[in-house]
Amino acid sequence: MIAKTRKLEFWRGVRDEAPILLGVIPFGLLFGALAISAHISIPAAQAMSSIIFAGASQLIAAQLVGAGTSGLVILMVVFVVNLRHALYSASVAPHVRHLGTAWKLLLSYLLTDEAYAVTITHYNREGDSPDRHWYFLGAGLTLWSAWQASTAVGIFIGAQIPANWPLGFVLPLTFIALVVPSLKDRAGVAAALVAGLIGLLATNFPYKTGLLLAALIGIVTGLLIEGRRK
Amino acid sequence: MNIWIVMVIAGLLTFGTRLSFILLLDRIKVPDWFKRGLRFVPVAVLSAIILPDLTSPNGTLLLSWRNPQLLAGLVAVLVAWRTKNVILTILAGLAALVIIQLLLAHFGF
Repeated sequence: MIAKTRKLEFWRGVRDEAPILLGVIPFGLLFGALAISAHISIPAAQAMSSIIFAGASQLIAAQLVGAGTSGLVILMVVFVVNLRHALYSASVAPHVRHLGTAWKLLLSYLLTDEAYAVTITHYNREGDSPDRHWYFLGAGLTLWSAWQASTAVGIFIGAQIPANWPLGFVLPLTFIALVVPSLKDRAGVAAALVAGLIGLLATNFPYKTGLLLAALIGIVTGLLIEGRRK
Repeated sequence: MNIWIVMVIAGLLTFGTRLSFILLLDRIKVPDWFKRGLRFVPVAVLSAIILPDLTSPNGTLLLSWRNPQLLAGLVAVLVAWRTKNVILTILAGLAALVIIQLLLAHFGF
């Protein structure tokens, strides 16, 4: 019986993560192709997708390697680009609190934008079931597998997707599908609008710092509005 | 620096960032406002990703009805709001994007 609900949770995670892959795979292809054109060796290019496992930072790192940037600068850039994951970590922490260290390490490794977005939306909607970590694992492993496979295809075949195919647009569309139904009160709507607006104004900030700033200001806005209504 | 060393350190930094609060929140006491703020994380981060993708599809801000991504994004918001269905939202958004791009190309506004 217990094994059955675990399996069920796992496969729900896999199923819910599946649509977003349509938007992730083109980026994996692009990264593979870009890494090779930056003269990164095939094993290193493939390994980067499992060692760093963070799309945007890998694309930027490959470009920097190609431009001959020093290792220290690359490290700083990757760190800054991925700082937003600390927010995800804080956000999922209450939901994985009951788990042992091995599970926490594994799920942290799988905490990408796309796995986070799908998993946290599920937790907020369905409440916390005892086997909820299996949902997270299913979503995370699905994304991981697609990322490794699309990197490999990008390395060996190149990113041969016609430029006018709008697959990259699937990412914002999926995020819209996850966010809009979860906007249920004024504080949440205000947090979303302010974060979106600041994100838009700060598009040109380097290395996703605009995104981080926008998210933080959005969260504070939500808190302030919620506090005033009490 | 050797690329493998850079990669391993970059991987550890990323992993450490993802692990940070998952481990810390067990060990330290956080203020109440911090806990209350957590529920705004998904809507704030995802909105900050979505909006620039719609308004600046090619890196430069284009707030105009000539921006197909912006119009298709609005269609997707409506469909997501009415149906709460991920697949329908993606399909409607993609269909709207293709149709709007075709219209703009053929009528050359």
